Amino acid sequence: MSSMLRVSGIHTFYGNVEALRGVDLEVNKGEIVTLIGANGAGKSTLLMTVCGNPRAARGRVVFDGVDITGMETHAIVRLGIAQAPEGRRIFPRMTVIENLQMGAIASDPEYFDEDVERIFGQFPILKERRDQRGGTLSGGEQQMLAIARAMMSRPRLLLLDEPSLGLAPKLVKQIFAVIKEINEQRNVTVFLVEQNAYHALKLAGRGYVMANGRILLSGASSELLANKQVRAAYLEGGH
Amino acid sequence: MAADDRSGMLKEAGLAALVAFALAFGLVGFKTEDVPGGLAIVLRFGDVAMIAGLAFVGRLALALLRRGRPRPALSMALPFAIVMLILLLAEEVPLPAADWGRFLPFASPVVNWLIFIAAFAIAGRAGWTLWCESAAPGTEERHRIMGRIGARARRTARVLGPIIFVVALVLPLFPFADRRILDIAILVLTYIMLGWGLNIVVGLAGLLDLGYVAFYAVGAYSYALLATYFGLGFWICLPFAGVMAAFAGILLGFPVLRLRGDYLAIVTLGFGEMVRIILLNWYEFTNGPDGISGIPRPTFFGLAFQRTAPEGVETFHSFFGLAYSPIDRIIFLYYLILILALITNLFTLRIRKLPVGRAWEALREDEIASRSLGINPRNTKLTAFAIGAMFAGFGGSFFATRQGFISPESFTFIESAVILSIVVLGGFGSQIGVVLAAVLLIGMPEFFRELHQFRMLAFGAAMVLIMVWRPAGLLAHREPTIRLDGGGRSAAAGQ
Repeated sequence: MSSMLRVSGIHTFYGNVEALRGVDLEVNKGEIVTLIGANGAGKSTLLMTVCGNPRAARGRVVFDGVDITGMETHAIVRLGIAQAPEGRRIFPRMTVIENLQMGAIASDPEYFDEDVERIFGQFPILKERRDQRGGTLSGGEQQMLAIARAMMSRPRLLLLDEPSLGLAPKLVKQIFAVIKEINEQRNVTVFLVEQNAYHALKLAGRGYVMANGRILLSGASSELLANKQVRAAYLEGGH
Repeated sequence: MAADDRSGMLKEAGLAALVAFALAFGLVGFKTEDVPGGLAIVLRFGDVAMIAGLAFVGRLALALLRRGRPRPALSMALPFAIVMLILLLAEEVPLPAADWGRFLPFASPVVNWLIFIAAFAIAGRAGWTLWCESAAPGTEERHRIMGRIGARARRTARVLGPIIFVVALVLPLFPFADRRILDIAILVLTYIMLGWGLNIVVGLAGLLDLGYVAFYAVGAYSYALLATYFGLGFWICLPFAGVMAAFAGILLGFPVLRLRGDYLAIVTLGFGEMVRIILLNWYEFTNGPDGISGIPRPTFFGLAFQRTAPEGVETFHSFFGLAYSPIDRIIFLYYLILILALITNLFTLRIRKLPVGRAWEALREDEIASRSLGINPRNTKLTAFAIGAMFAGFGGSFFATRQGFISPESFTFIESAVILSIVVLGGFGSQIGVVLAAVLLIGMPEFFRELHQFRMLAFGAAMVLIMVWRPAGLLAHREPTIRLDGGGRSAAAGQ
């Protein structure tokens, strides 16, 4: 299996605070890989470093053979990485269809209608809401819209930052089912950052566990689910 | 009527009268007048008393309305309005053997008309409430009503646009369109164009620009200098002025790329002042405070608008075999600015649907999300600055050719503020709102010129009223750039 995303020895700072202290991580083509960890572990920082904002102080990020460490966010994204950023960040004053249009802004308009049709097939609720403003959608619908918008650029790698945040368990299941579908049918590699460790590990093939800016553990999801340390820290006490 | 209710209303009205008295005492009570041998102070305490009295009565009527007593309010306001109307009309058509005008409260017809309108509005409101047999609307209700009116206005905006366009197109053909009306119309159109241009920067891209007049100045001086130094004509210089202004826009854009909101506003304000001060002090090049005069007038495909043309130039009237009329040139200028404004508008409408226009809107909504979608914020902002500035440059060279004379005095901060007010009052990003706001803000002070120094007071009052009734602008509404086969509209209607 060839590598889609390789992060090696990444250090990232916020001012003087070292948020990432030498992270190594790899995502192979066609995989779903999850990164779990507590609040403040540096998960979102890692995702944002991959996208070039903030820049890594040391280390290298390689996407599909291209070194993207020093590149600007918009240039990185145009290589075929799509991101559903933390907090969804849909455009609240634009309609659903306009949000999707924004997702396709950097790609060939030829595929727009086709992609919209496919996405409406995956998220029927968005089709119902297509002329409604993004800000008036429910939390779950906004999350679906964020993923749908990211998919509009026909990415090869999809980065998701806590898609389950603030959603009812039923909706979490639905969202994760769609992520699986995207991975299998569209052949999109998925890198999923989650606090909801149980669901994330159930979905992903492999996982990394992060704490204090370092990778603590890594391995197949089944191993991590069975691991005593992981169970004690992230799985016990409800998921 | 309960006693405390009555005393409450009287207290309210008395307070209003007191405030009106206090304001009017200084503002209206004393007037300096030129008399032989210096200035004399004229006392106008009669007017002050009249103002306080009217404030008392008007407030009382409003208080009655607000407490759900439309009947007494109507019986106060309606006879008053009718008497005012009769007197006003009687004065317009002077009847023999009677000086009706002396029964009117003030000497100025405009003020009298305003008082009539206020009385009529109160009477109308009271009558409407009686008709509906419901209580007068509270604040919440009013917001809802205004929102509904706004929604209706948006629906009619589709019709309103073409109507305004047709009216603008045939305006010079109307018999009442004399030189004064056309001059006001040209001025209003210039500001509409500038409003639309600034709307690209502020309304679409969300970059608060307080120095927009700098680009207007660059355009004006580009044309004026090219024309006076090299003898180039208006039509050759017009695109060049646009390019120069766009270049200035990029020049401003680079250092402010990282700035947002208040910080951006301050720097753009400084940029506007810098340009003005350079124009003021670079005497050898710009002629400093003396300005540039003798800027050539535009030609109609080479035909000059003059009674007798200089050698080698044919005049408009002789070419078409018409009698010379000085208003031809004014009408030509009117259509010229109309076309320039329409180009600005069509360009904006079109570009909103193109990727760069959509990128502007995305950037305005959320810069981080935009970047994560592959939008290059630097280029996007620079194009917004450049294109917005380009239209200001066109407007500036039109201004120069229309005036024939420019000096740095025409490009002060207050101009930027007025243009920004037009965009804000029109409702950010609303094209038709800019038209309404420009007519209101530019046309109205011209109309109220009779009020002399109180003109700006009326201007301020209008601004306050708009901010009270339509805090987000006259037509604050963002029309989606895309709809799929018109479906699903009911869901969006509430927005």
